[in-house]
Amino acid sequence: METRMLFAGFGGQGLLFMGKVLAYTGMLLDKQVSWIPSYGPEMRGGTANCSVVISDEEIASPIVNRPDILVAMNQPSLDKFGQAVRSDGVIIVNSSIVKDVPVFSQCKVLQVSANDLAHDLGSVKIANMVILGTLLKETDIVKIEDVHSALAEIIPAGRQQILEMNKKAIQTGFELSV
Amino acid sequence: MGKKQLMKGNEAIAEAAVQAGCKTYFGYPITPASEVIEYLSWRLSEAGGEFVQAESEVAAINMVQGSAACGVRTMTGTSSPGMSLKQEGISYIAANELPCVLINVQRGGPGLGGLGPAQGDYFQAVKGGGHGDYRTIVLAPSTVQEAADLVMEAFDLADLYCNPVMVLTDGILGQMMEVVQFKSGTQRELPVKDWAVKGSAEHADGQRRIVTSYYLDSEKFEKFVKHLGEKYAQIQKAEQRWEEYLTDDAEYLIVGFGTCGRIAKSTVQMARKEGIKLGVIRPISLWPFPVEAFAKDVKGYLTVELSLGQMIEDVKLAVGDTTPVEFYGRQGGMVPTPEELLEQVKEKFDLK
Repeated sequence: METRMLFAGFGGQGLLFMGKVLAYTGMLLDKQVSWIPSYGPEMRGGTANCSVVISDEEIASPIVNRPDILVAMNQPSLDKFGQAVRSDGVIIVNSSIVKDVPVFSQCKVLQVSANDLAHDLGSVKIANMVILGTLLKETDIVKIEDVHSALAEIIPAGRQQILEMNKKAIQTGFELSV
Repeated sequence: MGKKQLMKGNEAIAEAAVQAGCKTYFGYPITPASEVIEYLSWRLSEAGGEFVQAESEVAAINMVQGSAACGVRTMTGTSSPGMSLKQEGISYIAANELPCVLINVQRGGPGLGGLGPAQGDYFQAVKGGGHGDYRTIVLAPSTVQEAADLVMEAFDLADLYCNPVMVLTDGILGQMMEVVQFKSGTQRELPVKDWAVKGSAEHADGQRRIVTSYYLDSEKFEKFVKHLGEKYAQIQKAEQRWEEYLTDDAEYLIVGFGTCGRIAKSTVQMARKEGIKLGVIRPISLWPFPVEAFAKDVKGYLTVELSLGQMIEDVKLAVGDTTPVEFYGRQGGMVPTPEELLEQVKEKFDLK
């Protein structure tokens, strides 16, 4: 099986990190993974995206132009990439920010008020992890426990508090009914 | 094999150099190659080497020349505009028959160009961007793992042939993270660097060594250039590398190196579902060009490059005039989709 994902939004929303967590989890599960950031003169507040592929086979093209899963953290991302999502794919929208969600007949659209939920958990910075939680529930790419293992390796040992916060945010997104 | 790590292509290149015993690195930062120098700025000293951020690319390549002349495994890395600046030094290094590894993480050109991935430095890398009769061995990886492997191989080839070896990647491969495992050191028997400038006391014969490429006697100089020619002929015979993907029954072949070679594999998977017998030849050594790969009985080749078409000249030379060789390219940092390539295959070979 191969899952092709695109994470898009503003710089600073943790898109690259979200993608890295999934790619790292894939590696721990002995899968093939690739992660490509948009790069160049990007800055906080500008647009950013990353492509992630997790596969049981060798990954041919690592560039995701037709995603199975799109995470749209802001309006321009949904407008730009929404139509490219494959039929039977999933779009997860950060509805705290994206107000205009058109009908996509080809795929499922899930709206998660990630910024609001993250704010209630203590920091808007973990909106990305709330979305990740929903993504894990709605797809069967990897298990939530595997993501916990990956986070424990990615987040430095001395920052236990941050690890716990991220896990809590993932759990919140996972338990949502959307 | 080391443990699995998730690394950017640029970081994997840098770590592979360390693992290959690279002891000096000289460079100047530039997008999208900067992670190479950034990584080595802390890692190389940790591994007992020396790192210098030079004042310019010109300075860096000449520091590489000095270091190589002392018999030390050495490397420099940059992206396209930076590589243009290094050309004079590369010509001198080739003339002095010094081993070193050069990394070019290509971005768009000509000029300052853009920051996106490109393959427009093929001519410069493969045909020689500096002056004179010389050749650089050029290796083009398409995955992060292969980038690491080829960097290690590049150090061996450089020592084996006393020649600069370039690893030619692009912005995507440099910035992309994939899983990589570093292989344990070289198994190859390499010549002793008796020519290295180390001081007369360091050599068994007590004689000093001089590394130079200046000949005032034309007869002697011709003899030397002919010697280079023989070396290059030997490399052409021994070092052609390529990957084939579903070529056995293929009627049409896409030819692409690096990132294009990978995208082409996705195109092949799509084409096969439609009953089109498509395969891929992915040249890994760009010089020597893998001429041997093209002894195939097919109906046509489509060369795909992130340029206006440079490698296609070598493909045509390899194929001859028996089979049509078509071209499709994207430029300016744009990358073709697998669907786009399939459309091109159908259009060029009238398969609609």
